[in-house]
Amino acid sequence: MSGDLVNLIADLKEGEVLELVKQRLEAKEDPMKILEDGRKAMAIVGKRFADGEYFLPELVFSGELLKQISELVKPYLTKAVETKRLGKVVIGTVAGDIHDIGLNIVDFMLDVNGFEVYNLGVDVPVDAFVKKMKETGAPILGLSGFLTPAFDAMKETVEAVEAAGLRNKIKIMIGGGQMDDEVRKYAKADAYGKDAMAAVALAKGWLGAK
Amino acid sequence: MNTEKKWNELTPDEKREERFKRWLSAPGVEFSSPEAEKLYKERATRFTRAFQLGKPDRVPCMLPAGNFAAYYAGSDLRTVMYDYDELKRTWRKFLYEFGDSDMFFGPGMVPPGRALEAVDYKLYSWPGHGISGDTTTYQCVEGEYMKADEYDALIKDPSNFWLRIYLPRVFGAFEPLRYIPPFTTIEEIAIMSFVPYGRPDVQAAFEALLEAGRESMKWMSAVMEVSQEAMALGFPGVMASLAKAPFDTLGDTLRGTRAVMMDMFQRPEKLQEATEKIALLTIDSAISSVGESGPPLVMMPLHKGADGFMSQKQYETFYWPTFKKVIMALVNEGILPILFAEGSYNTRLDIIKELPKASVAWWFDQTDMARAKEVLGDRACLIGNVPTSLLMTGTPQEVKEHCRKLIEVCAPGGGYILGGGANIDKGNPDNLRAMMEAVKEYGVYK
Repeated sequence: MSGDLVNLIADLKEGEVLELVKQRLEAKEDPMKILEDGRKAMAIVGKRFADGEYFLPELVFSGELLKQISELVKPYLTKAVETKRLGKVVIGTVAGDIHDIGLNIVDFMLDVNGFEVYNLGVDVPVDAFVKKMKETGAPILGLSGFLTPAFDAMKETVEAVEAAGLRNKIKIMIGGGQMDDEVRKYAKADAYGKDAMAAVALAKGWLGAK
Repeated sequence: MNTEKKWNELTPDEKREERFKRWLSAPGVEFSSPEAEKLYKERATRFTRAFQLGKPDRVPCMLPAGNFAAYYAGSDLRTVMYDYDELKRTWRKFLYEFGDSDMFFGPGMVPPGRALEAVDYKLYSWPGHGISGDTTTYQCVEGEYMKADEYDALIKDPSNFWLRIYLPRVFGAFEPLRYIPPFTTIEEIAIMSFVPYGRPDVQAAFEALLEAGRESMKWMSAVMEVSQEAMALGFPGVMASLAKAPFDTLGDTLRGTRAVMMDMFQRPEKLQEATEKIALLTIDSAISSVGESGPPLVMMPLHKGADGFMSQKQYETFYWPTFKKVIMALVNEGILPILFAEGSYNTRLDIIKELPKASVAWWFDQTDMARAKEVLGDRACLIGNVPTSLLMTGTPQEVKEHCRKLIEVCAPGGGYILGGGANIDKGNPDNLRAMMEAVKEYGVYK
């Protein structure tokens, strides 16, 4: 039964997923198990995305399915959900840029691959990145940007991290629309990732995780 | 284009020929010198041949100089959006100082800031208005400006949907327009018809509209002045009107990316029906926006059909059919669409090659040009694609070398225009000059 739900979610069968979740809740099943199935399903979605079988629409829709499941499960939860995490990553779109499609894919992929993601959203001031890095002690910072103004904003963000004395303790990756290795050099970041799968690989590599 | 009947009897190829001929003859342009006229015709001919898959004297270069002039002249986007004298000064400075180029980018893509403010425009942020004043571009604010249950309203009567539902959401000042009954209710002797227009809030909305109109006229006269001056000096403009793929219209500014992707699963038929409807609107507005004597080109910036944004099957189901419909309607009118594929289009090359030969130009941003030349080389003109990052952060030597390689791959046989991946707003002007040097040195057809 639990395998059914995992596959139904991963196959994006909205009607059947919601029906089954309701049945299982009514049968007094541990709601944590349902959420765990959701997590497993998202890992499959992430893998299908990485393999080029799924695309952006499937990611968006699976996220929506998970949200609907969480809504259904919420009233039955008695304790907070805890999951073991590989490590922390702070991400955000740099100042002067308000695009978040790519940012949210990276968030999704890091999350389903076991990272604890702090997503600061769009048009993030330099100081907010520095503050969050200090607060979380995250060893990895991911900077997103879509348009050309992000070139300078990324450079300035890296410089601020350096000025705060954090630079040698952390790794910085960049990605998004017009970013590439030229911009990586210009901004003095550690790596450029061309997509969300690259972000996962970079983060895992830096943490020595498999 | 002597008589209406004659025009209708022409084939698409003949219509295109006729339109390019009119553009080349530059009606109404008063050239500053016979030399300027000669250069104008040389340059326009160069583009005309390349666009139609032919071999010009050499590879033409479309400089990716979006708002570059503003920064070149020591100003910025925010300033020129509000100060039209400054807009003219900066673009003129660039026009007179840059040196030789095949075309000129007029300031037509700089929006009039005060007009947008007059109507409280919410769909975009621009420097000093939603994003920091020193930002070099304006940016779309993603949102669900059309709700999921409004598909029927759009499909049934787009004009009414736009006027009473959509516009009030994207322009704060138009909020009261929802009180206006559909214009189709105005019939017979007007007894009640005009009452809604007497409401103070509706009148205020019209006042805002009038103000935006007045402001736009001031802006347009500045834009026209500079653009005409550039033409008089011998530089043709190749950027004319804009149109979008129907799926992008729906996904960018109506439903938003997230919602339109959900619609693929939750209401696929409505989504398809809506794109069909939007295609008809796009075709009408795109054809009517091409002037009688301007360049017979319509630029289509493409977004959500890029690699990675959707699967091949989704592209074929939701994106391509109505996009192709718009393209073909333009082609049949003798208009050549410039299809600007932002991001990359590597996985779409095999579908898009089905368009009629020499009828469109593909401007690629990050697509693999060698593969594009291989698949599309004998079908369509290719434009591109010096990386934006290289243009903004590299040296002139690096840019020139990159151009040399691009020309080597894309120029053989004709049908190629050197261009950027996307427009740049700031940077070393010598990097743009390096593109011109490259076409002259490496792009000559023997």
